[in-house]
Amino acid sequence: MTINHHLDPATIMAHAAGTLDEALSIVVATHLAMCGHCRAAVHRAEMLGGEILNTLEGSPVSDGCRSKTLGMIGTATLHRFPQKPRKGSSLPRPLRSLLADKELQDVAWKKKAPGLALYDLPVSKSSRGKLFLMKIGAGRAMPEHGHGGEELTLILSGAYNDSLGRFGVGDIADLDEEFEHQPVVEQGSECICLVATVKPARFKSWPARLLQPFIGI
Amino acid sequence: MLDSGNNIAHALAWNMLKQDPLSDRKTEDQACRRLIHSIAKNLDREAFAELFDIFTPRLKSFMMRKGAPPEMAEDLVQETMISVWRKAGLYDPQKGPVLTWIFTIARNLRIDRIRKESTVPFSALGDYDAPSDDMGGDEIVSRKQDAQNVARALANIPLEQKEVLVLAFVEDISQSEIAARLKLPLGTVKSRMRLAYARLRKSLENNH
Repeated sequence: MTINHHLDPATIMAHAAGTLDEALSIVVATHLAMCGHCRAAVHRAEMLGGEILNTLEGSPVSDGCRSKTLGMIGTATLHRFPQKPRKGSSLPRPLRSLLADKELQDVAWKKKAPGLALYDLPVSKSSRGKLFLMKIGAGRAMPEHGHGGEELTLILSGAYNDSLGRFGVGDIADLDEEFEHQPVVEQGSECICLVATVKPARFKSWPARLLQPFIGI
Repeated sequence: MLDSGNNIAHALAWNMLKQDPLSDRKTEDQACRRLIHSIAKNLDREAFAELFDIFTPRLKSFMMRKGAPPEMAEDLVQETMISVWRKAGLYDPQKGPVLTWIFTIARNLRIDRIRKESTVPFSALGDYDAPSDDMGGDEIVSRKQDAQNVARALANIPLEQKEVLVLAFVEDISQSEIAARLKLPLGTVKSRMRLAYARLRKSLENNH
């Protein structure tokens, strides 16, 4: 798997700081499971985070907190080995638990329009974003839309092309809000993406805009 | 009059400016690595107490963002340090300074406290300890990624970029909220983040 489209460094920093919306951070984590380049970038940003922590003026903890913590370690169980990845699913780790170990083909897809199906994924109430899987038929074009807010699209199977080039498995579209694009799925196989949006995307053309509440993206 | 968040960010940024970038951060990190190793190998309670005294005052400040009461902050500090004890055997020196590792533990616990009912805990998303599905070549941490070079990188980042870093990493404020607070376009906040990252990356790749 060769990944050509990576995360914006501003997104890397937000993920490392922990300030990305949950829906976006799940897409980022799924991309990270597939991309060593971006994992190295997040690691650098986390090193910076540690260094920033180091420059904070400290506030001493109470004696009670200290003695309680030192008392608790006597009974704390130790983690000796990293958790092994669960077998049985070909999906990147963060997605597996969300899909309850189902494969992409087996989720309850909801047909929204010809060649377009969606599957909503749960996020917590504190998230302002939406997280969903999107399946677009081979050779189909996505409706043109400007990004009304933050949006991340990660390709899980198949590929599409737009003015930025080809997006294949593992590639992530992390685009500026003003960027307009019109992805067209390659012939031969459908394309499945993991998408997070923080504000609903606004479709540009009238028919597509009318369709928007119905499609729900 | 600036709001209190702004004042905090400015105070922190100034505090960073005062920091001596040449203090021997590498030696400090090596001392911490020995303590972690001793906990993992010998269940060394004295080493743990020493680490506790080194890190908890700063961890408490970190946990007291957004007006969190001191009791809650201490609760999270305690959870962080218990995790350090339990996971000491998982600390991988090849993955960089002890401080980075402790930062990720503290950050994950802080986020998961906010997203209590979350479907996927952040600790499962940003899991420093978990093996990766694919080991990319970029992932091997070069020797230049030591505490000294990270400290130097931070010292060289201009103040206006440091300000957005502190608001994000310490105050836990999203980039769009930072833009609103500093009355800047979101694009400016993002470009400051990108510039800071570019400088960091450069410092970790070249020895000065």
